[in-house]
Amino acid sequence: MIEIKEFTSLLEAEFEDIQPGTLTPEMHYREITDFSSMHALIIIAFIDHQFDVLLKGEDLKKANTIADLYYIVQEKTKQ
Amino acid sequence: MAVFTIENIELAGIAACVPKQIARTEDYVHISEQERKMFTFGTGIESRRLAPEEICTSDLCFAAAQELMKDMQISAEDIDVLIFVSQSPDYFLPATSILLQERLGCSKRTMAFDINLGCSGYVYGMAVISNLVSLPGFRNGLLLCGDKSSFSASPTDKSTYPLFGDAGTATLIRRKEKAPALYFNLQSDGGGWESIIIRGGGTRERFNANSLEKKVIEPGIERSACDVELNGVEVFNFSLREVKPNVIELIEYAGKDIAEIDFLVMHQANKLMNESVRKKLNFPKEKTPYSIREFGNTSSASIPLTMVTELKQPLESGKRQLLLSGFGVGYSWGSILVETDKIIVSELVEI
Repeated sequence: MIEIKEFTSLLEAEFEDIQPGTLTPEMHYREITDFSSMHALIIIAFIDHQFDVLLKGEDLKKANTIADLYYIVQEKTKQ
Repeated sequence: MAVFTIENIELAGIAACVPKQIARTEDYVHISEQERKMFTFGTGIESRRLAPEEICTSDLCFAAAQELMKDMQISAEDIDVLIFVSQSPDYFLPATSILLQERLGCSKRTMAFDINLGCSGYVYGMAVISNLVSLPGFRNGLLLCGDKSSFSASPTDKSTYPLFGDAGTATLIRRKEKAPALYFNLQSDGGGWESIIIRGGGTRERFNANSLEKKVIEPGIERSACDVELNGVEVFNFSLREVKPNVIELIEYAGKDIAEIDFLVMHQANKLMNESVRKKLNFPKEKTPYSIREFGNTSSASIPLTMVTELKQPLESGKRQLLLSGFGVGYSWGSILVETDKIIVSELVEI
């Protein structure tokens, strides 16, 4: 599993509309400017593609920050 | 387990019809410019076609069927079975297929019935009609698939309205001895019944005085009980989970190699979802056509519409191995492996 910093910057690169360096592990991902369900789908697609982990709606609901997403993926890749 | 082979039939021709009226994503002012950009970036949808009040799904399918029969020089009287696949029928009853039997001029000896499916509808419709036409005594089957999804999408629901376009299609299936076999893999999971649903207006939740009352569900999502609701995250999760294993199982069952496939034609759900599935299958981008940019998600019409708008030349000019995959509302999903050989593909009809 990659480091949290790399996870954050890889995720950031998936969003076409975000300036590099905007996302931090502590940031609440729903506070991304104009956050929509499309951002949620991009997060799911990114995590599935990179880590072969498929997040459900309830996983996303539980997570608030980018770090929360990272730890969910970390937990699921261990299983 | 619904993995099976059907022999002695061919996919002989295909046609599609869309309304003339174009709706552009950039004109959808219910959401901000930034949201519109993000929507197009994710879904790939720049525009779609919307039918006016007086045009129903059956009208779109009727126009497609007429064009196809003209191009194939086939008489309506030669149609032995007519199936209408849709979730936007003309009436609760009678079945729309029967209205179309009469309207197209098919004989009273024609067998006609409806199938109530959405995104998986083309694949299911192909399975049912192919099975019938493979029987001795049958000659031609006409499969009409489509939806007027704009009928039930609330204009003030950003999660559905800019996604769906209206379209109707016609496919002619012909009995042909020793034609290459068609392979099918069809699946269902009612556990996802609430992920795409119109709750009101049926017998479970009868139409009543409050059925059309618009309610704010969350910012940007306002709809009534008779409007479609969509849980995008759950549908996305379902598609990433189920489509690849279904397709892999089919290819293995058919004894084929994925490299033999000329085109993967997927239900046009949204670009991000379809591209995710394509990457999971390691399937080449240049062999995966899309009509979603121009027409949006057109429900059960999306696979044949994509064949008409994106694959006319290759389908008309030689033998092609096609992998067709439909997935969505239900949940219901499935895939087909079919070899076509210089089929008739009508020009897109606009009404």
